[in-house]
Order: sequence, then structure tokens, then C-alpha cells
Amino acid sequence: MPVITYRDALNQALREEMQRDDRVFIMGEEVGVYQGAYKVSKGLLQEFGEMRVVDTPITELGFAGVGVGAAMVGLRPIIEFMTWNFALLALDQVVNSAAKMLYMSGGQYNIPIVFRGPNGAALQLSAQHSQAWESWLAHIPGLKVVAPGTPYDAKGLLKSAVRDDNPVVVLEGEMLYNTKGEVPEDEYLIPIGKASVKREGEHCSIITFGKMVLVALQAADQLAKEGIMVDVVDLMSLRPIDTETIVASIHKTNRAVVLEEGWELSGIGAQIVDIIQREAFDDLDAPVLRVHQADTPMPYAKNLEKAAKPDAQKMIAAVKKVMYLA
Amino acid sequence: MAKKKPDLAPSSSSNDAQLRRDLLRQMLLIRRFEERCAEAYALGKIGGFCHLYIGQEAVGVGAISVLRPDDYVIGSYREHGQALARGMSPRAVMAELFGRADGCSKGKGGSMHLFDRNLNFLGGHGIVGGHIPLATGVGFAIKYRGGDQVCLCFFGEAAVNGGAFHEALNMAALWKLPVVYLIENNRYGMGTALERASAINDIAERACSYDMPNEVVDGQDVIAVREAMQRAVQRARSEHIPTLLEVRTYRFMGHSMSDAVSGTYRTKEELEEYMKRDPITVLRTDMTKRGEWTDDDMTALDEEVKAVVEDAWNFADASPEPALESLYEDVYVDTTSDAPVGAEIAS
Repeated sequence: MPVITYRDALNQALREEMQRDDRVFIMGEEVGVYQGAYKVSKGLLQEFGEMRVVDTPITELGFAGVGVGAAMVGLRPIIEFMTWNFALLALDQVVNSAAKMLYMSGGQYNIPIVFRGPNGAALQLSAQHSQAWESWLAHIPGLKVVAPGTPYDAKGLLKSAVRDDNPVVVLEGEMLYNTKGEVPEDEYLIPIGKASVKREGEHCSIITFGKMVLVALQAADQLAKEGIMVDVVDLMSLRPIDTETIVASIHKTNRAVVLEEGWELSGIGAQIVDIIQREAFDDLDAPVLRVHQADTPMPYAKNLEKAAKPDAQKMIAAVKKVMYLA
Repeated sequence: MAKKKPDLAPSSSSNDAQLRRDLLRQMLLIRRFEERCAEAYALGKIGGFCHLYIGQEAVGVGAISVLRPDDYVIGSYREHGQALARGMSPRAVMAELFGRADGCSKGKGGSMHLFDRNLNFLGGHGIVGGHIPLATGVGFAIKYRGGDQVCLCFFGEAAVNGGAFHEALNMAALWKLPVVYLIENNRYGMGTALERASAINDIAERACSYDMPNEVVDGQDVIAVREAMQRAVQRARSEHIPTLLEVRTYRFMGHSMSDAVSGTYRTKEELEEYMKRDPITVLRTDMTKRGEWTDDDMTALDEEVKAVVEDAWNFADASPEPALESLYEDVYVDTTSDAPVGAEIAS
């Protein structure tokens, strides 16, 4: 099976979906002539032309709204945010227009649109460029939210997002674009709303998503050397959340740590803990712990940034704590 | 063309008379509809926010009268009049305002979110300026498909101070999209006068930033609105050039039903001065002068539209509340577009 980057997996998904459906177009800053700020849209302008690969002014609110308007009358836009950090300016369109249109029109206008781009922190980009938006977006009824952590998942979920007749948010990762993984040549789709177990183990569950999947797998490798086998549940979809897979994992391990890139208060992890206490209370042998970003804006200095971010060491400590080994 | 003007004149003038009658009827229907809305609001049959169109009828009626059925209309939260002018059923609109199952949006949207897919009426939007980029997107889609439709976008003058307006107009001019952006300048953004909110008072001039054609229009004269709109639609349809129309009007009611008609931010005297140019009176006077309209005609028309509104009220009142099961309906559509779509772009 070919091994390709996360970036190329997304690029394949875009190309394939644009080839199969003329209504699909991509719009955003630097997606065309520049070939994508992170090269995700590389080559698309040459293949599909400037009506379908549209460079915009730097105007997130404006072009997100252009996408919604186009979707109302039959097109299927893919709106690229150079990063989700800039998409805060567009949230009125994502939330008030895209997510609510079907409901407030009494079912008349669905919005088949994808909003995608890298989410969360990269390296030393400091406070305004390092924010994880998933809990904001997953909060909104009417949106679907996916956060793939591997090239295989990125391609399969993006293709499903483009075909979905609802607005779908795709949270990618700057630090993920260069990561590699196996991606089959034959076409496949990954259903939105399904989690996947990325590693099997019986001692403790790690429940996570997005780029934290890699952190969880690192921690799992090291823990395995100490004889601790963890189950790594990759949620992949944050709205809807696959409760069944979470509960099945807890049933097996009786312990859990929830790992996320964002902040603690009202984070995705809080929702997962709520699901666990409601659906798997009797399975638990220890309180569920959470690993997340420090409750501060992201600092610039290397040492402070490292201290602020969740990492494998913090995960290992948390797993040992729920196993009463530390 | 073979025929000369003298031959055409009689039939043309009779067509014009018919047009004026139609426009008058639409304006009067909206007026009577909105008056009953105020009554229903006072009775608690309509809840939430309710923004009436009284005083501004010539704007929506004149502008929409120029459009084709396959064109698109999108508006803000003061859209009852535009919805009716576009041909939406007074029954479905009133039922929506009453929060009933037979409302155009199944009772889910209310006063600020009237939609009708069959008429390309794209809503009713509640965030000031938020729908202006949507209109640009509709224009983009028209151009994408190679169509010759036009999107007409209504918004108030207060929206021109926000970012969405500028971002949307810049892209429309940059990409040459067939959109008519129509400012309903009723002089007040809620209670803040234009002069207290905008650094320039002739807001049509804002179009100059985007090298966009623009025009100031008398919004109390439905014929003037029509004519300006015809010029704008022509540019949009045949040349894909967007236009900014500043249509100067005045609302005779408060900002919403919870707002006094005059008092803190505008005087009774000012209101009375503007009410002298009631758009219905302006057209009626013109028609009377032309000898094509009598007081009896007016009485008959008034009775007719009042009956239509009464019927709408009775329909809405009799319509059931939405079923409780509908609470969770229409949050998502349960469909995907899995079938390959070929070279033909579906509309």
C-alpha cells in the first residue's frame, strides 16, 4: 500500500471529489496561484481552473459567507481557512448561517459545505496562532465536526465531508501535514460519526482525537515497555460522538484518560467524561483523568510552550495515576 | 422595429396603468398585513422581535417587481413586506409569525426567518449585515453556472458600517458578480441616526471604494425605485456588474414592536413630516392625477386586501402548533451526494 503524507491524502481527496462532482469548488486564501499556504491544494488550479479553485482576499467572514450563499443555491463549496485561528472572524457565517439555515428555514435550505484547515498549535506561534477550536465548533447543532489524526483518516473523512449534505467542519493540523501513513489506491470513505480503536489494550483507555492521536500512540508505546497496555480510542468525529465505541473500551479497561489539545474548561474532554459517567459508571475502577493544554494563552518561549502543551510524558503520568501506580 | 410610438401609446399606457394598480395593491396589502401584525403582537399571537415594514413598502415592491421568477431575493429581519412582494402566501407568512405548523418555515423561524424555496426567497436573516456575503455567494454561483439570473439583497443603512458589507461588495466587484445590493436607508439603525453612525452621510458613495456603480433613489416613489432597479438589473444580467442602490425611505413605526414610534431618538414632528410622503399616497395621488384611479377604486381595493389579510389571520389562528416531535427535525438532512455528477452542473 502506498505510504503518503497527510497533506497528500487531503490533496487526493480534494482532487477526487472535484473530479466526480462539478458542483464542488475550493475557495480560500492562497489556495490557487500560491498552491495552498500548506500546499494542500497543490496542482488543483492547474487541473480545475480559477472558477473552481478560487483565491480570495483576506476576508474570512466574507468568503465563508460566499460559500454559504453558493451552497444555498446548489453548489458544494469547500472553504479553506489558512488556519482555524483566523476562522474566528468567520464564525458568524459558520454558526449563524451554515449551521442554522436548515432549521430556521423549516427544512428548505440545507447547506452542503465543508469548512477546513489546520487547527490548534504548531511550534512557537504563540497566543493568537495556536488555538484549538473543537469545543467551540462541536457545541453547535447543525454542524458536523471531524478531526482526523492520520493520512488514511484524513482522506476518508474529507471525502465523506464533501459528499455530506450538511455543513461539515474538518479540523486538520499543521504538525500533521508532513506525517506519513498508508493510504490505499482504491477509493474509500470513512463514515462521519464513527470512532476507531487505533491500538488495543486492556489496562486503560486513552480517548483522544486529531493530532493528539500521535501523542497517545507515543505514550502507548512507552507504557507497553512497562507492561501497561492501553486502548487508544480515536474519536475522529466530535459531532456526532461515537458513544458506543467509548463505552466498549471502558467496559474492557475500566479506566480512562481523555487527551485533548484544547483547554480544560468546557473542553471536549468534559463531554467525554460525562458520557463515561453516564453510560459506564459501573465499569469504572478509578476517576477519569484529563490531559489538556495549560489554562493560559499559548506562550512563545520554547520551554513555556512545552510546559503548556499536552505531551506523551503527561499522558504516561496520567495513565499511571488512574492505575494507582503513581 | 416597424411600429412607431403613437401606435404603441394607448396599449403601453394601459399597461402602465395596470402596473401602477398592481404596485399599489401590493403596497396596500403589505400595509394592511403589517397593521394586523401589530395588532396580533399586542394580543400576544406574535412573539419575539417583530420589525414592521410600514413606510418602506415602495422599496420592496418596486425593486422586486423588476425581477424574474428565477432570480433570487435575500433580506434582513425586516422582510415581511419583501416576502409578500415576492409572492409568498400571506397565509404562510402570517402562520409563521404566529409560530404555527403551516408557517413558511414550519414555525421554526418566526418573523426574522421567512424562506420560500419555490420563489427563490432566501430568507430572512437576523444578524445585521450577515447575509450580505451570502448574496455575493449566490452571485458567485450564478456566474459559476453561467446563468443570467440576478440576486437582489436588501439591508438597512446601519449594515454599511460593518465588515461584512465591505468584504461582500469588494468580492462582488472584484469578481464581477450579478448582485444588486439595495440599502434601505430609513435613517435609523434602531435608535441611532445615520449621522451618528456613519462618517459619510451619502452612503451610496461607499460604492466608490469598489468602483461599483451606485445610485441614490427616492424610496417613497415606487416608480423611481423600479426604474433604478431596472438599470441595476440590466447591468447585472447582461454585464455581470454589481450595483449599490441607496434607497432613501423612512419607517413609520418603531424599530421593532417593542420600540416607541417616536420619542428618544426622533421627534414626533420629524415623523409627521416624513409621513407626508407615504409611498401609498404618493402613487395613489399620481394615479388620480392621471385619471386612472378614483376614491371608489381605493375603497374597493382596500376592502379586497383587508379580506386577504383577514383570511391569512384566520388561517394562521386555526393552524396547529408545530408537533413536539418536530423540535429535533431539520437540524440535519439525512442525505449525501454519493452519485457522481458529470459535466453538467446541476442547478
